[in-house]
Amino acid sequence: MSPNLTRQQQLDLYYFMQLNRQLEDRMVRLFRQNKIVGGLYSSLGQEAISVGTAFALEKRDWLAPMIRNIGALLVKGFKPRDIFTQHMAKYTSPTLGKDGTSHFGDLKNRHTISPISMLGDLIPVMTGVAMAGRYLGQKIVTLTWIGDGGSSTGAFHEGLIFAAQQRAALVLVLENNQWAYSTPVSRQAPVKDLSDRARGYGIESRIVDGNDVLAVYATTKDAVETARAGRGPVLIEAKTMRMKGHAQHDPAEYVPKEMFEYWKTRDPILLYEKYLTENKIWDAKTKSEIDARIERELDEEQKFAEDSPLPPAELAEQGVYCQDGCHNIEAEWQRPKKEVTPPNCSVEAVWKVEGIGSAANSVAASTRAAGSGGNGAQPVRKSIAKPPAKVATKPAGKPAVKSPADDSATARVPFGRGPKGKSFDRGAHGKQGRR
Amino acid sequence: MAPVTMLEGIRQAIFEEMDRDPAVVALGEDIGVYGGAFKVTEGLLARFGPERVIDAPIAETGIVGAACGMSYLGLRPVVEMQFIDFIACCFNQVTNFVAKSHYRWGAPVPMVLRGPSGGGVHGGPFHSANPEMYFVHTPGLKVVYPSTAHDAKGLLKSAIRDNNPVLFFEHKYLYRRIKEELPEGDYTVPLGKAAVRREGRDLTILSYAAMMYPALEAAEQLAGEGIEAEVIDLRTLLPLDRETILASVKKTSKLLIVHEDTRTGGIAGEIAALVCEGAFEDLDGPIARVTALDTPTPYSPPLEEHFLPNTAKIVAAARELAGY
Repeated sequence: MSPNLTRQQQLDLYYFMQLNRQLEDRMVRLFRQNKIVGGLYSSLGQEAISVGTAFALEKRDWLAPMIRNIGALLVKGFKPRDIFTQHMAKYTSPTLGKDGTSHFGDLKNRHTISPISMLGDLIPVMTGVAMAGRYLGQKIVTLTWIGDGGSSTGAFHEGLIFAAQQRAALVLVLENNQWAYSTPVSRQAPVKDLSDRARGYGIESRIVDGNDVLAVYATTKDAVETARAGRGPVLIEAKTMRMKGHAQHDPAEYVPKEMFEYWKTRDPILLYEKYLTENKIWDAKTKSEIDARIERELDEEQKFAEDSPLPPAELAEQGVYCQDGCHNIEAEWQRPKKEVTPPNCSVEAVWKVEGIGSAANSVAASTRAAGSGGNGAQPVRKSIAKPPAKVATKPAGKPAVKSPADDSATARVPFGRGPKGKSFDRGAHGKQGRR
Repeated sequence: MAPVTMLEGIRQAIFEEMDRDPAVVALGEDIGVYGGAFKVTEGLLARFGPERVIDAPIAETGIVGAACGMSYLGLRPVVEMQFIDFIACCFNQVTNFVAKSHYRWGAPVPMVLRGPSGGGVHGGPFHSANPEMYFVHTPGLKVVYPSTAHDAKGLLKSAIRDNNPVLFFEHKYLYRRIKEELPEGDYTVPLGKAAVRREGRDLTILSYAAMMYPALEAAEQLAGEGIEAEVIDLRTLLPLDRETILASVKKTSKLLIVHEDTRTGGIAGEIAALVCEGAFEDLDGPIARVTALDTPTPYSPPLEEHFLPNTAKIVAAARELAGY
């Protein structure tokens, strides 16, 4: 992988990954000191994905982090103090203590949408951001992440379907860290590559080694360009490993030890340090300078957070509604409004349906393909189609579970009989009459 | 101007707002070429084009999520639920993403979520819903439920211009059954303000949406018996117009609340509590309510008629209350 990055940019990648890790490391200590108010989620081992993907965005582009994308927020320009104060529920946090973790954003400058805890919902939202950006002529790309577990949600599918239909400039990074809380990916979906799903939506997909920051960067950069060019959304599956439990409370004893052992050798920061050394992009002195800078910055940022006050109780009552001019909502038009104003935007409201009858043709085609095994499907063998003589033997002593299909005159489940004296016999319907 | 239906009033509001402000866009299932299941958006696509009138896949979570994202960039999406019942499919997106956005991180969501609601048209359990209370119970949303063509148009315009997410319920029984002349030119009706439809001194009947008509009919009948009922149309359920409610109760000392929504957890309970807090000393009788039964909306006409409140039930309850 020879990235199209300057030396400084390559050093910045290291800086952000290491900053991400050291910041989270400090938060683990704060958690143990009871200074973190809620839960603490770790992105240990996944820093290359957060940092490498966000690094591929331009300033005008939008992102929406998930819980393990602290690194992306740092790249986007948020400060470690934002992360510290969010977790410590301080008044100085971006949400003033109203929400925690990575649940914050910035509409004005850093173009970041705050996530919610329910998985998948960011996908339609970022689709909408991309649609609005295109409508306003902004040429933006939106990017968000989803886990292997989160890719089972309805919102994931609805979001991608809408994004595909709209050819929205959305890049979705599926961080396959192999564990949805305690459930391994193989027990979530019987597919090897979750990116296969992209085909079902008619969108492009890529698979990348999520522990190789340069590969992540290059793949995302390419996807961002694809999306920006109007070729529709791109799904990137980044293969990686969650190196801690779901959150601090979870020791992850369900993960085989050998799995952790293997992935330790593939630590993204370790791998990248090796790359920087072998390619003589840095020396020991540069590394220690960056590390020292990170220490210094985090000392200062952590102190700021620890010294910050908790919010005043009355704040709880405020801000439910946007009122009294608290926001002036103004879209940023980068195209003439005239283009979307009648009569310029008016159309003949009819569907242009191409290839009438093509559905029938494609059915015919796939039938032929199936017959010859051309699409990979096997021709149906008659022996399978024929039902076996006896389905199952009834175990002795236990009543068989009767299916409604077994008896044409199925007794109805009583769910109300009507008023007394007005109940009636359904006579002709046999057994189901009220008695 | 010729009288128009409530449906036409709603249609005019969307057209005029889209004409006024190119930040207003519309999304929904079959709203474009087809013009919407009830034809509320008929002609919208021809006038404003596919960038502003988006025929969406059948994916309510996708639609509401996308609308939310669009609003973050300063657009004002108007989303149609083909039937308001289907809002259940995007409940999470509405209550967790949209409603909490401004409170959590100061990001306003200026969007309108509108759709045909209500019973009386034999739509059965999945095409008759009055799901307003799920959302009245959700801080961050506004909930509007008009009863006239004039209000529907004026309130929808206010909703579109509002910086908050507004759920706008359109009672489908009223879509084409009521007609009135609308004022010429642009006008709005403010959110959060109830309207006194009939003045009276003996008791207050509070209602909204389609139930306003049996409530007014009941008041007319009661007047024949010498009972003068004051009839109030809530129009907006969140925020509630406490002042108008309390002022009327203080005047009449008796309160009957009528809603088509089911009984338990309906807004009558909330209003009763509000009146106890703000006008208990003025009450001269128990707070009464006439509501739908605590069942799903049944399909067959006699079942649905039994399920719904009607004029006779309101008159009976009012008579009893007037007896105190």
